[in-house]
Amino acid sequence: MTSAPGLVRDDLQPAPEPSPPQQVANLAVFALVVDLFGIALVVYGAKLLRDYNHGHVLATLVGALLVLISLYPLWPTIQGFSGARKRSGLLGGGQLVAARRAAARGREDASIGLGYGVAAIIVGCLMWLALTNQGAVADTFFRVNAWSQSFSQAIQGFWINIWVAVVSFVLVLIFGLVLAIMRMLPGRAGAPLRLIATVYCDVFRAIPAIVTVLLVVFGVPLAFTFTQTWNSAYLGVVALTLTYSAYVAEVYRAGLASIHPSQTAAARSLGLGYAQTLRAVLVPQAVRRMVPPLLNDFISLQKDTALLSIAAIPEVLTVTKLWESKLFTLAPVTLAAVFFIIITIPQARFVDYLVNKDAAKRAGG
Amino acid sequence: MAFLEIKDVRKSYGDFEVLKGVSINVERHEVVCLIGASGSGKSTLLRCVNQLEEVNGGEILIDGDTVTGAGVDLNRLRRDVGIVFQSYNLFPHMSVLKNVMLAPTMVAGVNGKEAKEKAMALLESVGMAEKAGSYPDMLSGGQQQRVAIVRALAMEPRIMLLDEITAALDPELVGDVLEIVRQLAHDGLTMLLATHEMGFAKEVASKVCFLEQGAILEMGPPKDIFENPQEERTQQFLSRVVKSGRL
Repeated sequence: MTSAPGLVRDDLQPAPEPSPPQQVANLAVFALVVDLFGIALVVYGAKLLRDYNHGHVLATLVGALLVLISLYPLWPTIQGFSGARKRSGLLGGGQLVAARRAAARGREDASIGLGYGVAAIIVGCLMWLALTNQGAVADTFFRVNAWSQSFSQAIQGFWINIWVAVVSFVLVLIFGLVLAIMRMLPGRAGAPLRLIATVYCDVFRAIPAIVTVLLVVFGVPLAFTFTQTWNSAYLGVVALTLTYSAYVAEVYRAGLASIHPSQTAAARSLGLGYAQTLRAVLVPQAVRRMVPPLLNDFISLQKDTALLSIAAIPEVLTVTKLWESKLFTLAPVTLAAVFFIIITIPQARFVDYLVNKDAAKRAGG
Repeated sequence: MAFLEIKDVRKSYGDFEVLKGVSINVERHEVVCLIGASGSGKSTLLRCVNQLEEVNGGEILIDGDTVTGAGVDLNRLRRDVGIVFQSYNLFPHMSVLKNVMLAPTMVAGVNGKEAKEKAMALLESVGMAEKAGSYPDMLSGGQQQRVAIVRALAMEPRIMLLDEITAALDPELVGDVLEIVRQLAHDGLTMLLATHEMGFAKEVASKVCFLEQGAILEMGPPKDIFENPQEERTQQFLSRVVKSGRL
């Protein structure tokens, strides 16, 4: 190709001025103000904590420790100030590059001081929120003696949540697979079954889970009288299975659809039939992608077992609500929340781990 | 009677006609090259031959038997027709060896031990034996493509379709792959291949077809097509190829 004079013109692109070092001092001053405000809030929170516990030694120690920690951001902030001094010294001495580096380090330090200072403000606010009004919040949600009274019954109730979740999910995995296969049947022959499965998934994803639970747990014994002798938790299992199968069918379908069509083309062109392609090529690859969303659905299902409380099934929320009305504090319900937190967070972290591992593998590929 | 007869094949996606009546005969042991710009229908034609795409008109015969239309046992057909894709399409969840062994064991019913021996021999022949336990992601593009060729060969196809198999490779990896194809041509494998490697086409092909917008504009021995093209569009295409340094 011939060269094109006029595409690049030096006269239109003058050399830029060398960039000056960034400002440091103003950032450091801002960080210092934030840090001091944070410390003040934490000190106040520590005082509230001590007062609320009538000067108990442990409360005093915890407060003192929090105050000590809140002092930490002062250190990087001070380093930020020394960076600012260094910057102006070097700039005065004409060492532009060194001044830029000193400024960058100073800003980094001051930013750390700022970030930790903001965190101290948040912690201080939370302490204030929890203990203000003579500890109204703490009394309402975190009363230790209410916890110890309700604990053993709450944990028995929680056992129902766990087995309902596990049994439901096993059924969901099976029923969801049936739905997914129905939705993927090919040709005109499969059209009516495809339609039924599609309508099912749409309907049960549209109905709020609490409505399904209500209809099944109260309605089924009226409509099918032989179920009146059943443990109503079984009906809860049925309701949750109906709802979650719709979601899981979608996960299966999306997982298989996410495998690139070129994989099917490669398998079919080697002479593999449709079922063989599914078994040897598509499903093994799709399963890896389906595990994280399936686990997410499992976690949601565990939490939705609390919906069974509307049918007075003695699961954790039902039990703790009884304790709530007995003790006039919500603390037992908070305990139920804690149970859910304890079992759910490790699973959520595990899902993140799987997703990251998969992402890293693809990026590294 | 030619081994592969493509008769007036038409293919449309909706209103867009990709193939507008293409006819090619490929004799046994013959190597036929399809050249032409991207979008001219080369890949679609290859995918019609093994019925990854259904034709909308015309017919295709292999060894005298119609393979287009309803009622054809596609799985049986595809055992005889190997295809290698531009993007390799190896199965990422299987080792190289398993990739090669899958179809012989699952489709042809060869027992595991025998299939393994044959797969190893084939991998050996393309210099990939020491990578038998590796997974596709761990291999370079050229290595993956060599495995893909071997995977198709493991079914002992009577004809091979190669769909721009070097187009996705770094330039320095192209040679190894082409060397294998050269060897296959020398051994007498019937092949129909789409390629942008004009020099290679010139060397191995007994017949070159220039496709333009879904129709064959010019067909003949490579010497005629490359050195004395009759059609203006063929001349323009080849001169652009020369400019890009590919011929």
